Amino acid sequence: MQPVATPPASQPSAVRASAAGHADAPAVEFRRISKAFGAVQANADVSFAIRAGTIHGVIGENGAGKSTLMSILYGYYQADSGDLVIKGQPRTIRTSMDAMRLGIGMVHQHFMLVDTMTVLDNVMLGNEGAFRLAPRRAAVLQELRDICARYRLDVDPLALVHDLSVGAQQRVEILKQIHRSADILILDEPTAVLTAQETASLFEILRLFKAQGKTIILITHKLQEIMDITDDVTVMRAGRVVGAVRTQDTSREQLATMMVGRPLQSELPRAPYAPGAEVLKVSGLNLTDANGVRLLSDIDLTLRAGEIVAIAGVSGNGQSELLEILSGMRLPTSGQLDFLGRALPFAGRAHADGLPAAFRKLGMAHVPEDRLRDGVIKDFSVMQNTVFGYQDGMTNRWGLLDLRAIARRCAGLLQAFDVRPNNPDLRIGLLSGGNQQKVVIAREVAAAPKLMLVGQPTRGVDIGTIESIHTELLRLRDEGVAILLSSVELEEVRALADRIVVMSGGRITGELPVDEFDTTRIGLLMGGMHTS
Amino acid sequence: MTKTDLPRWATGFVLPLLNLLSALLVAALVIRLLGESPIESLTILVNSAIVNPEGLAYTLFYASTFVFTGLAVSVAMQAGLFNIGAEGQMYVGGLGLTIAMLAFDAHLPGWLLIPAGMLGAALFGALWAFLPGWLQAKRGSHVVVTTIMFNFIAASLMNFIIVKYLIPEGQQNPASRVFADGAALPLLSTWFPQLGDTPLNIALPLAVVALAAYGILVWRSSWGYRLRATGLNARAAHYAGVRISRTIVVTMLISGALAGFAAVNSVLGSTHYLSLNFPAGAGFVGIAIALMGRQHPVGIFLSSVLFGALIQGGFDLSLEKPNIPQETFIFIQGLIILFCGAMENLYAPALRRLLGAARPRHATTKEPA
Repeated sequence: MQPVATPPASQPSAVRASAAGHADAPAVEFRRISKAFGAVQANADVSFAIRAGTIHGVIGENGAGKSTLMSILYGYYQADSGDLVIKGQPRTIRTSMDAMRLGIGMVHQHFMLVDTMTVLDNVMLGNEGAFRLAPRRAAVLQELRDICARYRLDVDPLALVHDLSVGAQQRVEILKQIHRSADILILDEPTAVLTAQETASLFEILRLFKAQGKTIILITHKLQEIMDITDDVTVMRAGRVVGAVRTQDTSREQLATMMVGRPLQSELPRAPYAPGAEVLKVSGLNLTDANGVRLLSDIDLTLRAGEIVAIAGVSGNGQSELLEILSGMRLPTSGQLDFLGRALPFAGRAHADGLPAAFRKLGMAHVPEDRLRDGVIKDFSVMQNTVFGYQDGMTNRWGLLDLRAIARRCAGLLQAFDVRPNNPDLRIGLLSGGNQQKVVIAREVAAAPKLMLVGQPTRGVDIGTIESIHTELLRLRDEGVAILLSSVELEEVRALADRIVVMSGGRITGELPVDEFDTTRIGLLMGGMHTS
Repeated sequence: MTKTDLPRWATGFVLPLLNLLSALLVAALVIRLLGESPIESLTILVNSAIVNPEGLAYTLFYASTFVFTGLAVSVAMQAGLFNIGAEGQMYVGGLGLTIAMLAFDAHLPGWLLIPAGMLGAALFGALWAFLPGWLQAKRGSHVVVTTIMFNFIAASLMNFIIVKYLIPEGQQNPASRVFADGAALPLLSTWFPQLGDTPLNIALPLAVVALAAYGILVWRSSWGYRLRATGLNARAAHYAGVRISRTIVVTMLISGALAGFAAVNSVLGSTHYLSLNFPAGAGFVGIAIALMGRQHPVGIFLSSVLFGALIQGGFDLSLEKPNIPQETFIFIQGLIILFCGAMENLYAPALRRLLGAARPRHATTKEPA
């Protein structure tokens, strides 16, 4: 953890720093930055400049070195070689405190806020000034109100952070940086947690910053955002800069090709839609939590062999709970589940202990939406994780794990799914997100399921891997597996689904076949508007 | 960044060794302050605990008990449970053993009597661990709190039972009657006369068997796989179909049985009667052993021998050096727990830097972050 670092309260030092800089010098210039972790070259000879007063996109797949580079700029890491030039002056940034003093602020993907404190207290934290809080609180409150008005940041400084929506919490992070006089703002995957509307309003704020002369560095892997808002783009791949262009001179396709290093297929091949027998039937499913909050209401759903049904919805509208119930991880409050024409054996149970194993035996597989929380044991090796959930079928006649058979099976899976590095003994926590996901999917596919539950299959996964995961899911569908997919990415829903079910507030608000895909209509359904 | 990015030989041997040396260094300082020579004291300690065959026998005798309490704590740790209650479980295990003896030692031959005693010890130890395990699994009562409380309950309960029921009439000593001769564990000195008149007995080979069984069970069986998965990430284990509640209860039963079994060496191997407070902290030493041995069979064995040597050597040291009280052992034990448990990663950053400097491009296969 980094210590909470602050500039002195009385004198905003960033002003000093920028005053020392050259007027039309780039805000940030990376000169031949290299950084290695062990044998891995995270950044190799990275050089590019970020023009002051622009929005500069940095894109690349997971593991391309974007985060490492920003961590160097923000003082979390030191470069092995190369120079940082900030506003025309070569600078050494050893800690985040140094970075802040130079006017660099960072909004992390995971917010650094104390939930139970007000926005005002969060901004003041580590920046309290004198022993008595009251006078400074009054002053800071006024400053925050001014900033909010100036940048149209719709945040109540006296609200408690945990009462705020995710989008508002992000604005608090931005507010914090602005209040600390940051004029170079790094945003790390800022839209990963936002709805479409929240993203739009974030971009409004960023444009306003730009108009006020601030520089914004936007780290993302979403190409549409780059096209929508940035002035310049730097594309990274495998630790190197592989492209630096003006946004107006490029296209999504060109950027994607640069990012992945090869052209992507726009439309993946799939057999014509020919659903088979009913595999899963959900009727009247309800879930109420211990506090009496209704998480799922009257869910009815059917799923046939050879089709992909995608659940679309803003994260947190009951999709996670639905998948948990269907996979046996959680018991519903009421309702009926039929799998291949037979009722699933959860009636009369007091808890779901061991139920996932029973469901798995019936022919269900589950790719959980949060692989590190549910899908793998981080400290187990890749090989051990390839039998996770199937360990009991992997014993020899002594009742011990058949290590030779497990190794053979693992080698086959790693080969078939192109897991990199192809090293079964590596702790899976050391693999990139995409490769971890490949291991999980390989494992679940190897069980030859009749029903596959898939939650957010490409969250935190790079574009090249997304393509191979999508191809695999479509292949399973063509082979007659019934797939229930939950995704917050509409692009993914469109690319994979045969039918789309939209959830909002724990209910199904609408259903449509994929050839009637319509972003506006789905957006309305996601917002809770019912259609019949 | 954690200790896990260091190679295994470093976390497994170098770090524990550095921690141990630090503890001994502080102990040496205190011995110096007491007015004795640390070097001379260490020589006495090593001579009496390791070099002298009879001393070594005592060291291994103590170690045999510690292996079982160390295993008890370790197996629970694999499931993410911190069983502080090995002391109480061992104590109550002693009661199970004693009941078996008092009931059968007049009728059964030794080769049946001893297994009966072992069974009684393991059974009672397991029973004493069952309730904390069950409360943890079903009610979420933290096993640390309940096992600590169960230690106190065990102490009072045993006090009551021994004084009220087990003291033979006309005796003052708060202990049960002496068991029949057939109940004594076969001594290793029967086969190795150079061990002299020492209580080292077949509990030592049994301890080695238990270590091997533990290693196989935890790392080679699917049960062990589920156990470790539960300990590392209970939510994911639930996803994988592991019955978490049952795993917790079964693990605590095994842990308690092992702790209870530790009573066999102490009671059947040496005193041959049940006495007040006979575990004398062996259950707590088990915690230190599990931490220091990193729940690995070899580590548990080595740590057990170390603690056995400290008791044996410390005892002789206090005889030879009146300035050094016998409590010094408890003090050194505390230091070792402090350095190996609470501050186990004290030297990890320095070691990582040292290794990093020696091999700046050592081969890892990690993808770029």
